[in-house]
Amino acid sequence: MPEEIKAHITGVVFEIAATPGARVAAGDPVIVLESMKMEIPVEAPRDGAVKEILVREGQTVQEGDVVALLE
Amino acid sequence: MIRTVLVANRGEIARRVFRACRRLGLRTVAVHSEADRDAPHVRDADLAVAIGPPPARESYLDIGRIVEAARRSGADAVHPGYGFLSEDWRFAEACRRAGLVFVGPTPDALRTMGDKTEARRLMAAAGVPVVPGSPGTVADVGEAERVAKDVGYPIILKAAAGGGGIGLARVASARDLSTAFTTAARRAQAAFGRGDLYLERLLERPRHVEVQVFADAAGTLVHLGERECSLQRRHQKLVEESPAPNLPPATRQGLARAALAGARAVGYVNAGTIEFLVDAAGAFYFLEMNARLQVEHPVTEEATGLDLVVEQLRVAGGERLAWRQEDIVARRAAIECRVYAEDPARGFLPSPGTIERLELPAGEGIRVESGVEAGSLVPVHYDPLLFKLVASGTTRAEAVERLAAALDRCVVEGVRTTLPLLRRVLASRELREGRVHTQMIEQGAFNA
Repeated sequence: MPEEIKAHITGVVFEIAATPGARVAAGDPVIVLESMKMEIPVEAPRDGAVKEILVREGQTVQEGDVVALLE
Repeated sequence: MIRTVLVANRGEIARRVFRACRRLGLRTVAVHSEADRDAPHVRDADLAVAIGPPPARESYLDIGRIVEAARRSGADAVHPGYGFLSEDWRFAEACRRAGLVFVGPTPDALRTMGDKTEARRLMAAAGVPVVPGSPGTVADVGEAERVAKDVGYPIILKAAAGGGGIGLARVASARDLSTAFTTAARRAQAAFGRGDLYLERLLERPRHVEVQVFADAAGTLVHLGERECSLQRRHQKLVEESPAPNLPPATRQGLARAALAGARAVGYVNAGTIEFLVDAAGAFYFLEMNARLQVEHPVTEEATGLDLVVEQLRVAGGERLAWRQEDIVARRAAIECRVYAEDPARGFLPSPGTIERLELPAGEGIRVESGVEAGSLVPVHYDPLLFKLVASGTTRAEAVERLAAALDRCVVEGVRTTLPLLRRVLASRELREGRVHTQMIEQGAFNA
């Protein structure tokens, strides 16, 4: 069962930091949000592989939106 | 002669400039992105021009669209406010070419002060003390290592094209330098289109004290005293006051002299600020020049009783500066705090949203500069400043007391704000005694 990675703030997707299939460690940035002139990484909650990125650069996401799946 | 002023900005500063324009009987033009169609600053102006989609790059940072808006609306002057294009020499130059008066310094002064290593070199040549560091940019990690060894750790890496705290990296020891250098260069490249870095020794627990200067085109140059702005997070200020408390008289006079020498060296015209770091012994070092109106200009206005924005417009219109140095006296003490849509309990994470309820204080010695009202949308696209609260009094203690009471009366619902932190700051012994330094907030001195 893949784990959902959720945005912890509202912002605009500034950068996709990890590609599907990539291995990430807990705390690695998966995407970077831009909100109110700040760049804020959304981090992997645990070690794993990125299954899917559900957003694209420039898209606005709300706090709590699922931005990626981790397996 | 200026007749119509376009303000290339939004929020509280656009409203502040419009107010000064009305005092002078000037017509006003607002610009706005699609996200700001219903914003208070749009309604404040005689005329409003839409300049593009919400992202700042496609609206408030688009030089072509703003110059075109000025042309279409019949404006003959542009006030840039702070942030956005205010320190972009290309914007000042584009205004000049379009026959518009740019309310600020010349493109040349903006270009010089925007290049942080060039500014440092120029200030040092003018006899202004600078923090020990690299004479210019460092070419690579190897050179950074050699310079850092000379000036001594800890050091701070800075983007040559930077400002506003972006692209800064603290390095505690030689072991961390290589990684920090690569990251800082990459971030500088992404943010400013230039990866050049320079480095300085990191001063421990310094104060941030800055001096307001003002000059006209005829060569009159004055200072309006200093502001204490040490309480910051991410190198951005939260609380500012004037005069600065507990400053040795020799330091106060030295700062003013250095600021005037620096402004003269760059041929500065209009309102500007020279920022310094002051160490525990009272020694001071040039940090940077902000070649624009500052967010915190109201504390100087309340302390001196002078209107900086009115004077900016008069001087830009070709008039002589109305003030002589001997007339400028801090008659009152003033203190300001910035209420941001940020959550101090979660590391100052941004908190965009809709303001559902807003109650702002009023009363003797209280001034509010707000860009929002109840029902305002706080978009993700821009700086999170909602409003500034400024209090003044005949003594510092009176001003501090008024600000603390004003903070208690503020109500903001719908977004999280810095209000809880600011209330703790105003209640703290450190603030009451005027013993603050730049690292206090990030060290958690005012945590709940």
